[in-house]
Amino acid sequence: MSLDTVAIASTTPNVEQPFAQLGLKLDEYEKIREILGRRPSSSELAMYSVMWSEHCSYKSSKVHLRQFGEKAPKTNALLVGIGENAGVVDVGQGYAVTFKIESHNHPSFVEPYQGAATGVGGIVRDILTMGARPIAIMDPLRFGPADAADTRRVLPGIVAGIGGYGNCLGLPNIGGEISFDETYAGNPLVNALCVGVMRHDEIKLAKASGAGNLVVLFGAKTGGDGIGGVSVLASETFGSKGSAKRPSVQVGDPFTEKILIECSLEIFAEDLVVGIQDLGGAGLSCATSELASAGTGGMNVALDDVPLRDPSLSPEEILMSESQERMCAIVEPSKIARFLEICKKWDVTATVIGEVTSGDRLIITWHGEVIVDVPPRTVAHEGPVYNRPITKPKYLDALTSQVPSLPMPKSAEEVRATVLQLMASPNMADKSWVTAQYDKYVQGNTIQSQPEDSGMIRIDEKTHLGVAISTDANASWSYLNPYEGAKLALAEAARNIATAGAKPLAVTNCLNFGSPEDPEVMWQFSETVRGLADGCLEMGLPVTGGNVSFYNQTGSVAILPTPVIGVLGVIQDVRTRTPMALDRGGLELYLLGETQDDFAGSEWAYMHGQRGGKSPVADLQREMRLINLLLEGQPIFEAAHDLSQGGLVASLSEMTLRKNVGATISLSGDVATALLSETPGRVVVAVESKNADRLSQLARSQKIVLTKIGMSGGNSLTINGVAIPLDELKKSYTDTIPKLFG
Amino acid sequence: MAKIVVDVMLKPEILDPQGQAVSAALPRLGFTFATSVRQGKRFEIEVEGEPSAAQLTEISRAAETLLANPVIENFTVRVEK
Amino acid sequence: MKVGVVTFPGSLDDHDAARAIRAVGAESVSLWHADSELHGVDAVVLPGGFSYGDYLRCGAISRFAPVMTSIIEKANAGMPVLGICNGFQVLCESHLLPGALTRNQGLHFLCTDQRVRIENTSTAWTSAFTKDQEIVIPLKNGEGSFQCDDPTLERLEGEGLVVVRYVGENPNGSRNLIAGITNARGNVVGLMPHPEHAIDSLTGPSADGRAFFTSVLSQMVGK
Repeated sequence: MSLDTVAIASTTPNVEQPFAQLGLKLDEYEKIREILGRRPSSSELAMYSVMWSEHCSYKSSKVHLRQFGEKAPKTNALLVGIGENAGVVDVGQGYAVTFKIESHNHPSFVEPYQGAATGVGGIVRDILTMGARPIAIMDPLRFGPADAADTRRVLPGIVAGIGGYGNCLGLPNIGGEISFDETYAGNPLVNALCVGVMRHDEIKLAKASGAGNLVVLFGAKTGGDGIGGVSVLASETFGSKGSAKRPSVQVGDPFTEKILIECSLEIFAEDLVVGIQDLGGAGLSCATSELASAGTGGMNVALDDVPLRDPSLSPEEILMSESQERMCAIVEPSKIARFLEICKKWDVTATVIGEVTSGDRLIITWHGEVIVDVPPRTVAHEGPVYNRPITKPKYLDALTSQVPSLPMPKSAEEVRATVLQLMASPNMADKSWVTAQYDKYVQGNTIQSQPEDSGMIRIDEKTHLGVAISTDANASWSYLNPYEGAKLALAEAARNIATAGAKPLAVTNCLNFGSPEDPEVMWQFSETVRGLADGCLEMGLPVTGGNVSFYNQTGSVAILPTPVIGVLGVIQDVRTRTPMALDRGGLELYLLGETQDDFAGSEWAYMHGQRGGKSPVADLQREMRLINLLLEGQPIFEAAHDLSQGGLVASLSEMTLRKNVGATISLSGDVATALLSETPGRVVVAVESKNADRLSQLARSQKIVLTKIGMSGGNSLTINGVAIPLDELKKSYTDTIPKLFG
Repeated sequence: MAKIVVDVMLKPEILDPQGQAVSAALPRLGFTFATSVRQGKRFEIEVEGEPSAAQLTEISRAAETLLANPVIENFTVRVEK
Repeated sequence: MKVGVVTFPGSLDDHDAARAIRAVGAESVSLWHADSELHGVDAVVLPGGFSYGDYLRCGAISRFAPVMTSIIEKANAGMPVLGICNGFQVLCESHLLPGALTRNQGLHFLCTDQRVRIENTSTAWTSAFTKDQEIVIPLKNGEGSFQCDDPTLERLEGEGLVVVRYVGENPNGSRNLIAGITNARGNVVGLMPHPEHAIDSLTGPSADGRAFFTSVLSQMVGK
């Protein structure tokens, strides 16, 4: 097939083009023709098709995500907001921290190791491209039932991929979670978060400005990886002369990315770039159009200058390739020699492929012939915007009017059996088999990592300034009430930051949903975003960026709505942080917050096959008072752990097993409710007796219900006289996961 | 142009957990023919024309110096027809 | 005292080794792999990481770096050299130490707080320990199984060249639970666990690793 140029396209308007195969709708195709005033060339069609895909254009979510900007709380902490590769917050002392979470769900289902590995690679590059040194990663993962064959197929590969890529990059994995639920069978969720740090004046943005400045592609050579990965459709592309089927999965090389990181940071340190963008979904199509669109002019690119791993690639394939470990920088001519010198030192391939122009078009040539001539904004930032139909789900009223009917343990034997059963369940069980595959020590600044409530990294060795991050989601609550579910997840993540003594500062989110073409899913999505935006406004926490993953469904069955909320916080002195574990006897144990009958959407209900009922309603004012209490009271807390899935049973078990220090607990009222209810806004704290009065004072002033529940010590977890030896509890807790996956 | 193949295998006395894992996985998939499996590496080296004896000696030296670790690995060199 | 820390492409724990050196009061000097100049250092650390992505074999490509030519020369003349994890792999590939490190028996990367015993306190890097002292330092690798032939094993054990030994269950299939060894002279030591990540209980499981670095500080090294 011969080259389809702009010149040819101008004179052959009636050529039939495979826009539908590339994922474009007829009206979108016609819009492109309208924008260009002619039919698109095949390269232009390829570009529009990837850039206007759901993944790249956010066409179904834009109208809803606007609320994060419209309802953004006023804060001086936000240095870079939504719209860039990642958000950036001021954490004090001249430091800026950038963080973001993204999904790589479908590729991980197809090829677990590479899907998860390239997910890590992609989010790390997003952080790097802001000018930051990446300092940590976290991975919330969700799978189908733990004993399902497909879970056994995907989980080990995904964990190995995250470890394989992250460890080789030298990034400590400091948190995340692993959950199992039938809803994710066939649709595992692999969300990857990365945090980076830099000085305020080191922030880099993705814009191409300054006519005459050079466009430089550096990093790995371009091959046929992931062609069509973004469009979700055919892996066979028209116009290819090489092998018939190109791989639709991207393959990552962490060593190349490690070198790219070091090389880039040296380049940044010498202030050699005017703008920079990483190549992720939609590869060069995205990088060139976004840089040009955000910049002040146009851009010319000679596509045949792109260094190739596979010389048989056609221009359309080069534009759509998702080969990993590539970045695109805008460099002033006076600085290019030094830029290339640094790349040579690190053995990084770097090629000038174009320049910024004073016009307003993105023009791409192939051996001198113009194959792309488009207004970049129409490709990158002015894609289609859909207002998808929304319908409240028909099942919802019946679902929420159910009342969970659950066995409520009463006798000593029942309480004992319940604790052991709950802690042995795959969702609650010890995940060391997974987390031991991740390096948590590299870079030497990890203060906390799994299974603590949050991951914490020291960012200044002299002043001991640190940041803490937590990711949380509760699909069971979001299913019952997506509006409240989003607020509750936000509150939980913020609470998890505060238990360690860090002050919540900013939010990122990864919204995992079914098909946006399903009005009931869109209702879940719109309610979730509304809840998150309202919650963030009320709590004064800006959303700095995030990711939407649609189409997580098998056939017509969507996953339960799973908004994963990440909160980042700051701690002035990491040495003062409050750990989760009890480390000695004689401490007084208190429950902060009141417990009600909140079984709907709980782990206990899930274990008994019941998903219905009314979700709790978020009380963010009370959550904020609790956070204030945790921060003010930090000096007196010897240990603190929040309550979430698994209720008080999970929290107490985790606090006692970590350092093998038991506890004797006395609970009044209905013991089953006390142990298993999942009322939000509760934390268990341990204080020395001499600080008990101070704790009461704090609780009174923040109007948080305070209940003494027991004392630490011994080698059992004893609840209302029922003694469970820690050895026995530990065995139930630690046996499950290795047995399933080891 | 000729292709020279260097096969590198762990010495028989060296622990080969990867080979063991493969050996354990085969019967789980219904393949029961193997009494043992060992995993190694294969290098395919292209040279101009037919390889001379001197070149083959050089390739052996390269195998001994870089491609294999003689402390734990054995290797063979052959010309592929 | 100046201690060099080599950075190969892909080295990761070089910054941490430098930090450990500074923490005990010595000066840390960064050594670039492609530069054979050692800048007059008194000792060298080959750090952990994934140099060259562990391509071919761990440390197999790094061992041919220009900096290694100078280090091998100086090591043979008595300069203290410590190889940690990937550094240990480089030392074995260079034949400064016998044996080789292979894939963990469990086939997974393993990051754990590992109890080990210091069995030889006559080396340049372990003189600050007491004989058979047990410490806890991080172990984090995928290819940490120490393998060698029987004659080598007999010699290592017979001549007391095993410096560090795993206590308890074998984490990776290493012969005789060997975690670290030394050459006959006692100046070149390689170990899989990471003492540089145990210099402070704020960021590590203990401060037990410090003594590796204070040991070398107390050496009198002629230049």
